[in-house]
Amino acid sequence: MAKTPKVTKPEFVRTTEAPLLPPPATEAGITGWLWHNVFESMADFNSPMAALRSLFMILFSLLLVYVFTTQIYGLLDFAIFSAVFSDTEGVKRQACWTVQQGGALPDGWHAACWPFVVAKQKFALFGPFPKEELWRVYLALVAGAAGLAWVMIERLPYRRQVGALMLTVYPLATFILLTGGNIEVAMTRVAIWFVFGLALISIGRLGNAGRLGSVMTEFAGSFAGVGWLIVAFATVTGIAAFDFNLEPVDTGDWGGLLITLVVAVTGIVVSLPLGIILALGRRSDMPVISVLCTIFIEFWRGVPLITVLFMASVMLPLFLPAGVNFDNLLRALIGVMLFSAAYMAEVVRGGLQAIDKGQYEGADAVGLSYWQKMRLIILPQALTHVIPGIVNTFIGLFKDTTLVSIVGIFDLLGAGQSAIADAAWSTPVQAITMYLYVGIIFFVFCFGMSRYSIYMENKLSKSRRH
Amino acid sequence: MAQNSNTTAQAPADDVMISMQGVNKWFGSFHVLRDINLTVHRGERIVICGPSGSGKSTLIRCLNRLEEHQAGDITVQGITLNNDLKNIDEIRREVGMVFQHFNLFPHLSILENCTLAPIWVRRMPKAKAEEIAMHYLERVKIPEQALKYPGQLSGGQQQRVAIARALCMEPKLMLFDEPTSALDPEMIKEVLDTMVGLAEDGMSMICVTHEMGFARKVANRVIFMDEGQIIEEKDPESFFNNPESERTKLFLSQILDH
Repeated sequence: MAKTPKVTKPEFVRTTEAPLLPPPATEAGITGWLWHNVFESMADFNSPMAALRSLFMILFSLLLVYVFTTQIYGLLDFAIFSAVFSDTEGVKRQACWTVQQGGALPDGWHAACWPFVVAKQKFALFGPFPKEELWRVYLALVAGAAGLAWVMIERLPYRRQVGALMLTVYPLATFILLTGGNIEVAMTRVAIWFVFGLALISIGRLGNAGRLGSVMTEFAGSFAGVGWLIVAFATVTGIAAFDFNLEPVDTGDWGGLLITLVVAVTGIVVSLPLGIILALGRRSDMPVISVLCTIFIEFWRGVPLITVLFMASVMLPLFLPAGVNFDNLLRALIGVMLFSAAYMAEVVRGGLQAIDKGQYEGADAVGLSYWQKMRLIILPQALTHVIPGIVNTFIGLFKDTTLVSIVGIFDLLGAGQSAIADAAWSTPVQAITMYLYVGIIFFVFCFGMSRYSIYMENKLSKSRRH
Repeated sequence: MAQNSNTTAQAPADDVMISMQGVNKWFGSFHVLRDINLTVHRGERIVICGPSGSGKSTLIRCLNRLEEHQAGDITVQGITLNNDLKNIDEIRREVGMVFQHFNLFPHLSILENCTLAPIWVRRMPKAKAEEIAMHYLERVKIPEQALKYPGQLSGGQQQRVAIARALCMEPKLMLFDEPTSALDPEMIKEVLDTMVGLAEDGMSMICVTHEMGFARKVANRVIFMDEGQIIEEKDPESFFNNPESERTKLFLSQILDH
């Protein structure tokens, strides 16, 4: 039993450096990627079970390759290879007819009829917006895209200032460009409000200087704040009421992608700050604020968007006094804003809950005020945590804009659908082509948002490296 | 000048920094602070120790209103601590705090962590705030980490940044809430050295800690707490050598035996 093992000298001293070797082909470069991501799972034949699994993986991979290639080829064939691109003779629907149907295409032809989309392009993108006024839409869109790009590209200077312009001047300019401005409001009333706002600001100033007694000093900030709001509101109204000599365009004449963008962008831009305020309110220590915010959020989350839109456009006028008439689009916009703000609030609340109590205490201990603490410490972290959720809500909102067609507003999908009804282009592929077109546009926007969100996540996680 | 600093070190009785009179606090129905009376003078260094759950952290967290006391009076620097937000803000500006888990802001660089409060609370120009921040980062011996993020630093370094962050507000008093409890043994020393340096410069401080060596070295007074009460309050020499209360003796025998 007790066989003494051969004792080796338990000492070792390295005298030469172990050489640094290049990695094997399976670990680096393209071959390494292919090995780990494709072939590794199908190369193990060491036992019957492993062999079976490898065999299954081979068959499954081949099946996937087959399905993808045929489907993608089918799609490309429909959209590009076999598609009709031009209607040089101006024969409209006949350009996309087969011989059997009275056209020139071979029987059994089934592919996209792009001349139809080209002919309906203007209607699908802008609805019945007057042709000679379209430059205003183009101007607004180009300015919007340029401003957005400026804010998003980090190398450019003055990004903050451009962003501020995009949130203040741009919306007003777009409003005036798209509607024509010149809204009906008595200038004397605007002037009275303006002066009233200035008066409040002055009271705030005086109160701050302690000239109006100690009670007023306490409320000086609120007076000045309300004053600035009123001045800003009066200024905006005044500018919107100014006659820029633009042909007025009723919102009923807006349509297509324009409507989709107007509804989605206002919804997105308003819902995030409103959602943040609601989320903070729901977590507030003050019971009244907390209960009000909770009721608001739960109410709007509890009803379907279709109901909201329907109520806003059909029921609301019944409750308003006769003669008071809100714009149909404006009502739908407000509905979408409040609806998505409620969803946003819950996403943001999720982020707030993920923040460690120590962060609040750290901020309190150095003497930051509530709003400083939230703006500088808590929200930057909370919002970073929930970027995927926020963008998810944005994308959902973007696609939900199609629901406005229920109240007679023609968004991209609605405009596309009514274009399909045109008998002059009636072919078996008419509807599919239009839906493909609409689908591609939606995909481009949603996919763009998704990619930007991933980019932001990576950037933010790189900048802190936990 | 020299005479002046001398009087600061001796902490004359009229130079009261903190006074707690009959302070009581409950968490729900749990009576966590019971009849606390404590006076701290300028330049004093006080160590609070005691078993876990004895209310020592709660006591110092009441001093800058991270916790609210329900009965009794607390005055810090002559300012009464009540529900008036102005008073609370004023006290927090004068009182620095260092936490067990550092509570640095992970989305801000070390330098930004240090300049944030001076810029936003003290309304200091950015350049000046950065100058002060670098001064204190040098003092805690990590100026070279200024542009890194908290997540890239070791625990001991993070805690030293937390000390520098508090110092950047140039507080009159520092509160330390178990500053070394979350650290690896080899990092405790660097943090304690920093704290000893602060104490030697005459900073008033209240420190909740189990580091008895630190207490012996720098404390003017050691306070022993149990079950929400102050049991014994003495200079370190007599506290460690001849404690009077049985509970103190038991506590000391348990932590000093190893």
